[in-house]
Amino acid sequence: MNTASHQTDLKPHAAGTDTSVLSGAEVLLRVLAEQGVEVIFGYPGGAVLPIYDAIFRQDAIRHVLVRHEQAAVHAAEAYARSTGKVGVVLVTSGPGATNTVTGLLDAMLDSIPVVCFSGQVGVPLIGTDAFQEADTTGITRPATKYNYLIRRAEDVAPCVHEAFHIARSGRPGPVLVDLPKNLMVGPAPYSEAPRVPHPSYRPQTEPGREVIARAVAAMKGARRPLFYTGGGIINAGPEASAALRKLVEKTGFPCTSTLMGLGSMPAGDRRFLGMLGMHGTYEANMATHGCDVLIALGSRFDDRVTGRLDAFSPGSFKIHADIDPSQINKIVPVDVGIVGDARRVIEMMLEEWECTPANTRQPIDMAQWWHQINEWRKTDSLGFVQDRAPGAIIRPQYTIRRLHELVTATGRDTYVSTEVGQHQMWAAQHFGFDRPNRWLTSGGLGTMGYGLPAAVGAQIAHPDALVIDIAGEASTLMNIQELSTIAQYRLPVKVFILNNQYMGMVRQWQELLHDSRYSESYSAALPDFVKLAESFHGKGLRATCVGELDGVIAEMLAHPGPVVADICVAQDENCYPMIPSGAAHNQMLLGPDQDDEISAEGRMLV
Amino acid sequence: MTTQQESPVSAVISIQVENESGALARVIGLFSGRGYNIESLTVAAVDETRRQSRINIVTTATPHVLGQIRAQVERLVPVYRVAVMTGREPHVAREMALVKVIASGERRADALRIAQAFRAHPVDASATSFVFELTGASDKLDAFIDLMRPLGLAEVSRTGIAAIARGAAIL
Repeated sequence: MNTASHQTDLKPHAAGTDTSVLSGAEVLLRVLAEQGVEVIFGYPGGAVLPIYDAIFRQDAIRHVLVRHEQAAVHAAEAYARSTGKVGVVLVTSGPGATNTVTGLLDAMLDSIPVVCFSGQVGVPLIGTDAFQEADTTGITRPATKYNYLIRRAEDVAPCVHEAFHIARSGRPGPVLVDLPKNLMVGPAPYSEAPRVPHPSYRPQTEPGREVIARAVAAMKGARRPLFYTGGGIINAGPEASAALRKLVEKTGFPCTSTLMGLGSMPAGDRRFLGMLGMHGTYEANMATHGCDVLIALGSRFDDRVTGRLDAFSPGSFKIHADIDPSQINKIVPVDVGIVGDARRVIEMMLEEWECTPANTRQPIDMAQWWHQINEWRKTDSLGFVQDRAPGAIIRPQYTIRRLHELVTATGRDTYVSTEVGQHQMWAAQHFGFDRPNRWLTSGGLGTMGYGLPAAVGAQIAHPDALVIDIAGEASTLMNIQELSTIAQYRLPVKVFILNNQYMGMVRQWQELLHDSRYSESYSAALPDFVKLAESFHGKGLRATCVGELDGVIAEMLAHPGPVVADICVAQDENCYPMIPSGAAHNQMLLGPDQDDEISAEGRMLV
Repeated sequence: MTTQQESPVSAVISIQVENESGALARVIGLFSGRGYNIESLTVAAVDETRRQSRINIVTTATPHVLGQIRAQVERLVPVYRVAVMTGREPHVAREMALVKVIASGERRADALRIAQAFRAHPVDASATSFVFELTGASDKLDAFIDLMRPLGLAEVSRTGIAAIARGAAIL
């Protein structure tokens, strides 16, 4: 294909726009500005040099230099998750693009709006195994909501506009735009965002009245109802969480949440039962098992939530609202499927609840249900025993509880990211989230190494907020290079490591499923995290016993710059409660003393 | 769950899709990535401006999985519409085959006679060979090919199925 012929085909600029000829790179930046982009997380390289040159010659959009392309995507995810805007990534061709794959898939599974721009070799070189060439659209096709390889200069502006529309609308997700170098150097026409709808992509956001009415009719007749809410509520914006709180208040129904939905209900609300699923609370899982009407809002019946499928919430009337029609009836057959944006679904449920006749159910029925739930609550499934002697070993649950209490005492707006593993579950269980968009974690993909770059993204988006990466020592080493980014931009991120010298969740499963053969799960040859922090121009702190914990947390919170806090916790602690693999919600393990055999089929499951 | 006890049925999935590079790869990548099988596949531009293509995929799956295939394909960005046609949805499904038979003498005469009965047209002939063109339902093509086997069947090229709903209903 001859690029010169495309360039001579260029249409004249639209009336009213700048008459000077823009390069493709300048058109790209102009479109980004029009799309409201303020920050790009990226890493330069040969194929994107023209774009970096254009970035150098403007100051409307800020560029944050990460230390690895995967981290750029995680930072953009956290930026998006914590602001509701689209996160933007810029990387070079070949290895730059392939390094983003984990991040893109992470954003795909957690429905995070991200647009990733990757450089590509010039159009004439595509397909020749040129230096740093990769079939980026081929590689990222199953890891993105949509992707583009732009081949003509006149496609740059329309495709970039469209990429943002696709990333943020419907069920949000990552979109990749592959930009051949010659198109960025040569002239390209600018165009504004199109006003006509996309020809084929038209997500349904407005739910049907009739299905809402059927759902509310079932809710009105419920004796043991339960809301089961997920990340879709967070994606639908803070208004959706506000509407949910109102709906829970009006109906008086109990509410549980998935990992991704934490913060949509205040953790301390009396109607909130905590997280459900594999490491959910006893009351949340027993209520899921025992409810007669289950109302799933923006959640997707993930296997971490359902446990054994044929025993999941048996006998309940199931209502499932999701913006993605393919989620309905995917795992669990439901009685009423509602396609629509979570905020609109909840708002319409509220309207319908108010205007339909009085309940057919007696108040006494709900009282019995709440009585049952409060009995389950007495199990105190998140309970633990902490020896308060100053020299005692610190238990990880206690660490999170103290962190939460001391953070709350500061009164600061706080964003928490995590890595993946036991510390992530303990954070979900013990750090109470009261507001949406404050909890940044890798749920669907379970990406170790997510938390540190995510903290970078959150701190860039909220420079005055308190940003804490609750980490494990193994996960955090997967993207530890981002301490350099943190140093460069003087980000006051707090890396709070629960250091048990094991890949704790792997070790826990080996203990439970493989007779304690701890194959390769010991974190040997760990760095000295205090010195590591210092070498990256930060403050390093360590607590080795209960007596040191509060002081270290207080010092960390008081320090104006970046801190790595190495909290040496009990090595053999397991994350409970737990639904073992292949078990049902009413077969939870509450603690180490309960020695139930895990079935052979259970061992086959992840 | 009742869905696990459903038995698989054969279906044609017809997909109207934007005629852009990568659109076919998105669809078939979805099938392989989610473990759906493809028994045959056809694709060609079908509108006057060649902006839209129609993909026909023959698969065998339970009604629950067919519903999932439809929903998963429908959410692909360049997809306009999806139809799932099983035995319950009246539709016409046709396939074309080119069948090369190398034979002489009596077997050659037999092949020609059977071809006539099947309305297969010889589109190429040499002293020792025929190429038959045959259009119809897939089982008719199967039957013809089976009959040619002892008569010198040498090579088969089939298009896969093109399908369309009966009556005034459109995709």
